[in-house]
Amino acid sequence: MTYAAISSPSTPRRVPAGRLAVYAVVLAIGLALAFAPFLFPDVRAQEVAARICIFIVLVASYDLLIGYTGIVSFAHTMFFGLGAYGTAIALKAMGPSFTAILVGGGAGLVATLVLALLIGLLSLRVKAIFFAMVTLAAASVMLVLASQLSDYTGGEDGITYQIPRAFAPAFKLFEDGDGKVARLFGVPLNGRIAAYYFVFLTSLALFLFMLRVVASPLGSVLKAIRENEMRAEAIGYKVVAYRTAVFCLAALIAALAGILRAVWLKYAGPDVVLSFHIMIDILLMVVIGGMGTMVGAVIGVVVMTLAQFYLKDLMQIGADATAGVPVVHQLLEPDRWLLWLGVIFILLVYFFPAGIAGTLMNKEWRR
Amino acid sequence: MRSMVEGAVSSRQDVSPSLRTENLTIRFGGHAAVNDVTASFRPGELTVIVGPNGAGKTTWFNLVSGQLTPTSGRIFKGETDITRLSPSARAKAGIGRAFQLTNLFPKLSVRENVRLVVQARAGKGPDVFRRASALAAVNAETEEHLATSRLASVADLPASALPHGDQRKLEVAMMIAMKPDIFMFDEPTAGMSAAEAPAILDLIAVIKQDRSKTILLVEHKMDVVRALADRIIVLHNGELVADGKPDEVMAMPIVREIYLGQGAEEVA
Ligand SMILES: Nc1ncnc2c1ncn2[C@@H]1O[C@H](COP(=O)(O)OP(=O)(O)O)[C@@H](O)[C@H]1O
Ligand SMILES: [Mg+2]
Repeated sequence: MTYAAISSPSTPRRVPAGRLAVYAVVLAIGLALAFAPFLFPDVRAQEVAARICIFIVLVASYDLLIGYTGIVSFAHTMFFGLGAYGTAIALKAMGPSFTAILVGGGAGLVATLVLALLIGLLSLRVKAIFFAMVTLAAASVMLVLASQLSDYTGGEDGITYQIPRAFAPAFKLFEDGDGKVARLFGVPLNGRIAAYYFVFLTSLALFLFMLRVVASPLGSVLKAIRENEMRAEAIGYKVVAYRTAVFCLAALIAALAGILRAVWLKYAGPDVVLSFHIMIDILLMVVIGGMGTMVGAVIGVVVMTLAQFYLKDLMQIGADATAGVPVVHQLLEPDRWLLWLGVIFILLVYFFPAGIAGTLMNKEWRR
Repeated sequence: MRSMVEGAVSSRQDVSPSLRTENLTIRFGGHAAVNDVTASFRPGELTVIVGPNGAGKTTWFNLVSGQLTPTSGRIFKGETDITRLSPSARAKAGIGRAFQLTNLFPKLSVRENVRLVVQARAGKGPDVFRRASALAAVNAETEEHLATSRLASVADLPASALPHGDQRKLEVAMMIAMKPDIFMFDEPTAGMSAAEAPAILDLIAVIKQDRSKTILLVEHKMDVVRALADRIIVLHNGELVADGKPDEVMAMPIVREIYLGQGAEEVA
C-alpha cells in the first residue's frame, strides 16, 4: 500500500461493505429481540432473549472500559451483582412492589458509585496491571461477603423472591370479553410479556445511551486516552478524572443490568450475578464481538449465548444423524459440547482477530 | 563560567518574564539530568537551546511541561508557580509542547488528532449530550489548522499512515492548535529531509511574528539557529553553561569546546 494510493483525496468515500453487513446483522438481532415473545414463544427462548438483552448492556458497558478507554477491570460482575443483590434483598424484605425495586436498585446504584469512585480514585493513577489486580481483589472480597452474609444474601444458595404482580404470568395485561387474558398472534398478553418488555426497553435505552456516549466528545477523549494516555494529558485532558468517570459510568450501567437480571430471574445468587464465570463470559463476549466497537457486544453476546444454550441440542441432532458412523458419532456426543465450544472460540479468534464486528468493519483498511 | 551566564543580557529585559525556572534539578538515581538550571524567558523572544545529545534538553522540557516532576527547584509561568501542576493543567495555563519523538494518537485520523486538541481547549471534553462531530466551532477551527499546516489532503488518514515528515508536521500542528503562550519545539525538523524542513520552520517564523509569544526551540541545524534565534542557551551535562545573543554564545570558548569535541561541522 503506497502513500499515494491511500492519500488520494479525490476518490469519493466508499460505503464499506463490512460495516454495512455488521449493521444489518445487528439491526436484525434488534428486531428479533423486539418481537421475541411472538417469534419464539417457548419459555426457554424467552429466557435466552432476556439474557441476551441484559448481557448486551453488561458487555457493552465493559467495552466502554476495555475497548474504548483501555482499562482492564475484573470487577464488572461485582457491580452487576450489587445492582442485582440490592434489588433482590429489597424485594425479599419489602415484598413484591415497584417501590422495593426502586429502593433496592437505588441502594445498589449508590453502593456501586461509592465503590467505583473509591477504586478509581485510589488506583487509576497507577499502572494498568496494578489496577487490574485491585479490581480482582475487590471482586473476590465481594464474593466472600456474599457467601458470608448469608442472612441477607442467602449465601451460596442465593435468594428467591416474588416480583411485582404486573410482571407475574398470572397477571392479565388485557382481558378479552370472557375475562380471560387477551392473546396477540396466539401469545397471551400477560405479566411475563410486560416483564420482557421492561427488560428489553430498558436495555435498548441503555445501549442507545452508550452509543451516544462513544460518539460524543467524551467518547473521543476516551479513545485518545486509549491510544496515547501521555499525549491526551499533554494536550489538556485530565486523564485520571476521565478514567475515573468512565469507570463509574460503566459500573453504574452494569448495576442497572443487574437490577434487570434480578427482576427477570426472581432469583439472585453468586452463580448468576456475581461469579468469575460471568466475568470470563463477559471477556469472551467482548473479545469475540470486537473490542471498541459497541455493536460487537451485540454480536458477541448473541453468538456466545446461543452456543451456550443450543450447542448441546444441535450436537444431539448431529449425533442422532450419525448414529452408525463410529468416530463422528462419538465426537458429536452432547456431553462433549464444551470441547466444541472451545473449538468454536479458537476458530473465531483465529479468523476474526479483532472480533467479528471489529474485523469486518475494518476490512477496507487491510486491502 | 558562572559570571558568563549571569552577564548574558536578554534583549528585552524591560518585559517581565513569561516563563522562569529557578534552580531546576532532577536526578535519576544519582545522575542529575538537569542540574540547577535557572533561566527566564520573555514574550516575543525565540530562544534556541543547544547542547550535545544527553545534555538534558528534553528532560528540561519535560520538567517545564509537566511530564516529569523536579527533585528540587521551581517553575513559574508569569507570576504563577506551576511546579506542582499536572501536564493537563499546564496545557490549560498556556504551555504548549511538541515532542522530539513523535507522540501522536496513531490509529486516529490526522483530523481527529488536531480536533482533540481544539476540543480540549474549548473545554468540551466532558460533554456526552451531543455528537463530537456536531461541535461546529471546534470542527471549523480544526479545518483551519489542517489548512495552515498543509495537512488537509491527508486529514482522513490514520496518523500512523503518514510519512515521517508529515507526522512531524502534525506534531507541530497539534501544539499550534493548543494556542499556547509558550511554544516548546523539541527538534521539530529531526529526521526530515532538506526539502521538508522549511515547511516547519515557516510555521515557527509565523508564530514569531506574534510578539506576545515565547518560543523555545531545541535545534541543531546552525543555519536554522542563525535565521531564527534571538538568544541561545547551551546545556551541557544538565547544566546551563552559556546564555546570550547568538553570536556572543557561538564565540564562547566553552561552546566551541563542546561542539569541536562533538561535531564541529554542525557549528561551522
Ligand atoms: N526517565 C529517565 N530515567 C533515567 N534517565 C533519564 C530519563 N530521562 C532522561 N534520562 C537521562 O537524562 C539525560 C538527558 O537526556 P535528554 O534530556 O533526553 O537529553 P537531550 O534531549 O539533551 O539529548 C540522559 O543521560 C538520559 O539518559
Ligand atoms: Mg532530546
